[in-house]
Amino acid sequence: MPPFQDFLEANRATVYRFLSVAVGPNDADDCFQDTFLSALRAYPRVTCGERLDRWILRIASRKAIDHHRAGARHAFPTANPPERAAPPIDPTPDDELWAAVRTLPPRQRVAIVHRHVLDRAYADIADLMGTSEETARANVYRGTKKLREMMR
Amino acid sequence: MNTNDLKRLASRAESEERSRTAAAALPELAAEDGLLDVAVGTVASPIGELMVAVTPRGLACIAFEGEEHRDEVLGRIAREISPRILPSAKGTDAWRRELDEYFAAKRTRFDLRVDRRLIHGIARDVLVQTSKIPYGEVSTYGKIAGRIGHPTAARAVGRALGSNPIPIVIPCHRVIGASGALTGYGGGIDRKVRLLELEGSVLPGLAR
Repeated sequence: MPPFQDFLEANRATVYRFLSVAVGPNDADDCFQDTFLSALRAYPRVTCGERLDRWILRIASRKAIDHHRAGARHAFPTANPPERAAPPIDPTPDDELWAAVRTLPPRQRVAIVHRHVLDRAYADIADLMGTSEETARANVYRGTKKLREMMR
Repeated sequence: MNTNDLKRLASRAESEERSRTAAAALPELAAEDGLLDVAVGTVASPIGELMVAVTPRGLACIAFEGEEHRDEVLGRIAREISPRILPSAKGTDAWRRELDEYFAAKRTRFDLRVDRRLIHGIARDVLVQTSKIPYGEVSTYGKIAGRIGHPTAARAVGRALGSNPIPIVIPCHRVIGASGALTGYGGGIDRKVRLLELEGSVLPGLAR
């Protein structure tokens, strides 16, 4: 295994980018740290054949989905979405798109981030999310369709 | 909507920037969870920037400058101790302070513990004997060989000293040739000279 600091350095930007859209900028830091702490815990036992860049995205995908499920369980019924708007560091003109992304079911949201933000192949997305390739296609397709309808 | 619009929601540059900050908090969180097996830090010194690696057992390694050399050292630590290696100022703080004091000539011995897991075989005995050479004094390869019970093994002693993973703290710079020649040093003869000068060692002509 390479030293964890090298692994972290090689993968941090991609994982962060994934999480920024998959859980939203406000929760990205927490999920990011959660993801790498889980990885660190398992790190000495990872088998040599494992591709580490995939392994970490698989953990991040799981964290993102768990994050939304936990949010859904604990959230009070309120009109406000669980995430706030993009942080003040970089106010974007994309509030509408963010609002649409937030309405997606977790698995569709994670799948479209892999597909449209990280440009992953469907076979990869299936592997990263532990589904069949058909399911990966269906998640991306349905999520994208919903976004298009909302953004019309 | 174009699906490429989604890329704008998290740009590469912004992710690079923000992940750096988020990653910087990891070593402390890892330490809280007992997952920081090896903390890595740097020490500025008159013989160049040193990399130190500290485990819960103590100081495991000091490496001189040179990126390739450091990658090799970290690779070895990953294999022989643990790959859970992260940069941590806090985790290396106590040792960095002792080394600073040593280089400021305000400390003649180190009080913190060392982790000997990178030391194997005959080097164990050789480095134990080497650790007994007091500050400001020198010994010879032959004498160390005698102390470990192999008086003719001066050359093997030289090799063992060359493999010392914790130079400076295990003072292999205090071992010189019987003729007074400095002979060799893992970090280069110049560093050996600087360390002996710092300690005020009286050398027969400082023969190089």
